[in-house]
Amino acid sequence: MKETLIKVQNLEVGYPNQKVFQNLSFEIHAGQFLAVIGENGIGKTTLIKTLLGQIKPLNGKIEIENHLKIGYVPQFRNIDIEYPLTIADFISLNFTGIKLPWLSKREKQKINEVLKQVNLFHLRNRPLGMVSGGEKQRAYLAQALIKNPELLILDESTASLDPKTKREVLEVVSKLNRELNITIIFISHDLNLVKEYPDSFLWLKRDEYLSGDINNLPDQLKGESHV
Amino acid sequence: MFSYEFMQNAYLAGTLIAIISGIMGVFVIARNMSFMAHTLSEIGFAGAAFGMYAGLTPLNGMLVFTTISSMLVGQLSSKIESRRESVISAISGLFIGLGILFLALSDKSSSYATSILFGSVIGISRADVWQMSILSILILIVSLLMYRNLKDDSFDPVGAKTNHIPNRLISVVFLIMLALNVSVAAQIVGSLLIFILLTLPASSAKYFAHTVFSMMLLAIAFALVGVWVGLYLGYVTNLPVTFFIAVIEALIYGVALIFNQLKYRH
Repeated sequence: MKETLIKVQNLEVGYPNQKVFQNLSFEIHAGQFLAVIGENGIGKTTLIKTLLGQIKPLNGKIEIENHLKIGYVPQFRNIDIEYPLTIADFISLNFTGIKLPWLSKREKQKINEVLKQVNLFHLRNRPLGMVSGGEKQRAYLAQALIKNPELLILDESTASLDPKTKREVLEVVSKLNRELNITIIFISHDLNLVKEYPDSFLWLKRDEYLSGDINNLPDQLKGESHV
Repeated sequence: MFSYEFMQNAYLAGTLIAIISGIMGVFVIARNMSFMAHTLSEIGFAGAAFGMYAGLTPLNGMLVFTTISSMLVGQLSSKIESRRESVISAISGLFIGLGILFLALSDKSSSYATSILFGSVIGISRADVWQMSILSILILIVSLLMYRNLKDDSFDPVGAKTNHIPNRLISVVFLIMLALNVSVAAQIVGSLLIFILLTLPASSAKYFAHTVFSMMLLAIAFALVGVWVGLYLGYVTNLPVTFFIAVIEALIYGVALIFNQLKYRH
């Protein structure tokens, strides 16, 4: 039995005057690659924010393994393309804290290591504003990897990309899952990707939800490409 | 030129001002706070008028006004940009109104007011230089210590949220440093044009640099060129130093824009 990282029981989520969903229970195990699917506005991001502790649950329980390191790649970024940020400089932004400005040797090595993990080492000195959408997404991934996350949450990271580039990004994510045993929560609308890469799913619907092994994806979703 | 003590003082003070403005300017640009920098300089004028009325030095009057107003802005405004702008307008209106009142109440001549507005090279004493040095070093130390968090929060605010850095605290501390920076720099450049040094060198630097650190070094260099050459031309021609600094910085910015256009054409 694999180690349980997150256990959610009878969770009720939302804002004071707007309940988003209730009675949600599921578990996330080490090494799992979970797809969270559901139509726009159903509350996928709200669920993630609740897991991250940014929103308080209205009811129910979330148990998170002690000291679990969570990396989060947000859905939208607000970075001016004129900013002088190379990819390496952008990744270094995640070395925060009250420390001297210049990076230590170890920190520089870590940057090179994550750059290689997402196949961006050759572009390390390229400004972030001058790379393609897929390369940007991989840079965001690399930035999240700086803190050695055991769980990585990707909030519709591939939404604005073309199908080929989506696969490129998902190949990298899948490699992180397989080779580094990083647990993945992947939020998406794209069922083609969901059928191909993740091993399990959580389908959020109005007033109910379905979850299980990816091979048991409900019939009504099997023929679809989007949800 | 350097045989005059007032020119020595002006160059010492100008160099300090250029360095801190270059560094702070990078974050002013990244945080979209040009308007705040501009407003703080107007508030600085009001503070100097208050100082005149209350018997403080203009620098101390400015420090009081800009620090209080920046803390108010930090407390009242939020991440919502439109609200932030309204709060800044309201607070600057209040403080500038007070400045006009204190100017009317004090019995100093109007030439004193213009020297606050447009800056004055002759007016800087050695004691002023000392005080400015201490404030500049304070700004440098604080910005060194919070550099990493400030950089993350300024250049990638969405990502910074996931790092759990205290962004509210960072905003307030940054605003107070900006207030100190404005007060110090206004002594030479004048309160009307201090935002030039806080916005133009950094805005120009962003087109030549590839990293935040190199942007900072370039911003300092551009600010230094403007201040040093401006002081020299002011000395030689007897025309206002601020005029030359403004023209030099605007020219550098123009060149940066052209450079950027050419870069993208190829």
